[in-house]
Amino acid sequence: MCTDCGCAPPQPGHDHTHDHASRKIRVEENLLAKNQRLAMSNRVNFTAHQLFVLNLVSSPGSGKTSILERTLTDLKDSLQFSVLEGDQQTANDADRIAATGAPVKQINTGAGCHLDAHMVGHGVEGFDLKTTDILIIENVGNLVCPASFDLGEDHKVAVLSVTEGEDKPLKYPHMFQAADLMLINKIDLLPYLRFDIEQCKSFAHQVNPQIKIIELSCHSGEGMQEWYDWLSQGVKQKREAERD
Amino acid sequence: MIEIAEEHARRENATIITSVTMEIGALSGVVPEAMEFAFEACSKGTLADGATLEIRRIPALGHCQECGQECAMESLLVGCTACNSFALKILKGQEMALVELEID
Repeated sequence: MCTDCGCAPPQPGHDHTHDHASRKIRVEENLLAKNQRLAMSNRVNFTAHQLFVLNLVSSPGSGKTSILERTLTDLKDSLQFSVLEGDQQTANDADRIAATGAPVKQINTGAGCHLDAHMVGHGVEGFDLKTTDILIIENVGNLVCPASFDLGEDHKVAVLSVTEGEDKPLKYPHMFQAADLMLINKIDLLPYLRFDIEQCKSFAHQVNPQIKIIELSCHSGEGMQEWYDWLSQGVKQKREAERD
Repeated sequence: MIEIAEEHARRENATIITSVTMEIGALSGVVPEAMEFAFEACSKGTLADGATLEIRRIPALGHCQECGQECAMESLLVGCTACNSFALKILKGQEMALVELEID
């Protein structure tokens, strides 16, 4: 091998007059390539276990954990959930989920503002995926960065609460464009707020004409059945797709 | 990004990276100015220390699912330039890639 540049073993006609000085090389590598590779490997693992996987995203305080608490409690006899909780610090959310009886693991990102596919791949190691129907990954509360990181999920679900302002989909279009479902939470508070829900839905459809929208309140329970039906349908479709 | 650049440079037995060229799409979510700032800070002590960063900005292009036209997209909030529909499939503009290195 050429000891100067490490090129292939000497061949007849191989000459050493080539220039080792400054040179350009093409790379063409996506910066998220490593995350995408790991997300794909997560997806293969999840699909092999016929798991329906959701990546729950929103700003902090929209009610992601509260929606989950109620969902896990209401559906505990019909569906088996496992939950990954992402937060910068504390195990508070994991404690709340654990109180419902569902297997849960807290991932603390420290200073990080999102979960990545590597964290999720290791995060699920302790779960019994064979007996799980739905894996819910509750991302760090942030409407910006989690939009760019595929975790291997089937769908991103964006939660928006009516105390936040109806123009969130326009302010953070990447997130609402990446999501397949939007849950509008805390609708029990609508009589006390100047939140134009129709305007909000129209903004969401502006950035993502295909997005499905469910209005609900995890406090009053209104609209929760439609969310549960969507979950059950997703589990069924995932199983059928696997069988085919 | 610097890890990827160093990996490629080492494979070529280079001891220094003198310039890095990236492609950043208008809809990638990456702010080029923030990337420049971060590059300078993160490259310290690496093979790319002192390297120049060239960012090629890729304009976004959409394909309208309603009228079939291809149109420039300045942001996700602007509809089809021909029919105003928002049902645009993004063809270009989500790039976030390292494309070329100059090494020594």
